[in-house]
Amino acid sequence: MNPAYSVIFFTVSSGAGYGLLALLGLVGNAHGRASSPGFAITAIAVALVLITAGLLSSTAHLGRPERAWRAFSQWRSSWLSREGIAAVVTYPIALVYGLVWSGMIEAPQWIGPLGLITALMCAITVFCTAMIYRQLTTIPAWANRFTVPVYLLIGLVTGSGLLNVISFIFGRFQTDAGKFMAFLTLMLIFGIIVLKWLYWRWLRRRKPQYSMAQATGLGEGVRQWEVPHTAANFIMKEMGHQIARAHARRLQQLCMLLLDVAFFACLFSPKYSWLVFVIAPSLLAAAWLERWLFFAQAEHVSQLFYGKEKI
Amino acid sequence: MTSLPATTHKKLGLVIDLDTCVGCQACATSCKEWNAQGDGGPLSDTNPQGADISGPWLNRIHGYEVREEGRADSRMVNFPRSCLHCEEPACVTVCPTGASYKRAEDGIVLVNPETCIGCKLCSWACPYGAREYDYTQGVMKKCTLCVDRIYNTNLEPEDQIPACVRACPTGARHFGDLGDETSAVSQLVKERGGFDLFPQMGYKPTNKYLPPRARKESYASGVEPLLKGDGSVMEKLFLWADKLLTASKATAPVNPQDNSSKLEG
Repeated sequence: MNPAYSVIFFTVSSGAGYGLLALLGLVGNAHGRASSPGFAITAIAVALVLITAGLLSSTAHLGRPERAWRAFSQWRSSWLSREGIAAVVTYPIALVYGLVWSGMIEAPQWIGPLGLITALMCAITVFCTAMIYRQLTTIPAWANRFTVPVYLLIGLVTGSGLLNVISFIFGRFQTDAGKFMAFLTLMLIFGIIVLKWLYWRWLRRRKPQYSMAQATGLGEGVRQWEVPHTAANFIMKEMGHQIARAHARRLQQLCMLLLDVAFFACLFSPKYSWLVFVIAPSLLAAAWLERWLFFAQAEHVSQLFYGKEKI
Repeated sequence: MTSLPATTHKKLGLVIDLDTCVGCQACATSCKEWNAQGDGGPLSDTNPQGADISGPWLNRIHGYEVREEGRADSRMVNFPRSCLHCEEPACVTVCPTGASYKRAEDGIVLVNPETCIGCKLCSWACPYGAREYDYTQGVMKKCTLCVDRIYNTNLEPEDQIPACVRACPTGARHFGDLGDETSAVSQLVKERGGFDLFPQMGYKPTNKYLPPRARKESYASGVEPLLKGDGSVMEKLFLWADKLLTASKATAPVNPQDNSSKLEG
């Protein structure tokens, strides 16, 4: 599949935003009011800016962005529509939570429940995003058990990298709380390393499910003889993007290397707290590469009509 | 509404005969011509006279070579491919705006160009590559089964069929109600063993394809000898002439399998 930058930026940026927001909700749920209003407002603002930038970027992918509001109507059948609704519903909840958690509105009894609801809405939104891809049986690299956990975990791990940075700036990471956060980030990084390793192994080893013979009904001896047109068409450009796959193996290794760098930086971050400035960029770069490969390595079954023999 | 109708009153669709199709592109050209001025709005062509041509086509004709078990010769199959107006079209259910829909009255799958936001997700959901994005208008295009022809009583009765069917010079394309077992198209499917494309995907396409007919004899054993011995005087004369002419070619390969001299004769 053609890796569109607008969609990659959207899923990485808003994924990190929702991951951060979810962690902030859980922090409030566990500990009550934020250590300082400045910390709370900054952290919530960073999360919402990332989410908004991502959502705006996703509309750049549309042919008719001015009609984007129509996408809220088909929640009964469409995961894309559900994602849009979940994203919009999360905003006011996050804002109210931010006001209560930071102490700008005095209602400590509401911090716990609101934090939990905020975290839940973040999880629902990212889940909907993942389901947009997971549901497509036309793309075996997406329609499998890895897609949803990978989206949720990458959102959470990049969000926790950012939370460490914000905590460091407000002097929170250097305290005992920082040790717990470093531990949490470490576990999340470990989780995503294992998950992506399993996914790439599965992708490498999977036996092709679909063939040109099945698509055309012309038997096992079928082979492409003539393409329909002299110029590449939309289907070939969008679904048959091959250039992106050329360096897949090397980009996979680079992605894993970045995750490993983040892992070891995280391991030593309680002692050398400035390492938070290594963890977050490594994680974001790894997430960007992962998302690029998610698209580039995905083959669409329509290519079976265009000469691909097995997918 | 992108939820699917529980049932449709009719199942209008095409039956395409892969045996008679000659790959002339008349259906594709006629489709483009009709739909460039139809209800769905113009069907764009970018840089049509240049080196980098692009634009959506709703019907594309592939060519496949098919090698059959136990035969050394292969056959060419011309293969028109367009929207199959599936009974379970995931391209419709994934649509976030309701622009994509399946009609309850006749089962035709359409895109409303006024409400499509151009997210392209429907094209990702189609296993047949039947939907093509129009870069100039920012909306998705697909076969309409010429919904603006088949019910158009201003047209002559013989023109109230899809443009591709009307244009086909070999009668390889048939249009009708595949939900009605007594219809001509359903009978044809039954008679000729019509099949679904890519049934493994579970989309239940309405359009059916008729397989190329089986060939009776094989021409696979090389070139047939043109001369069959019947012992006549004429044959003896030709054989004598053949020998005379062959002997004069000193460098001719001595190969019992080589029938090229006979071909020349």
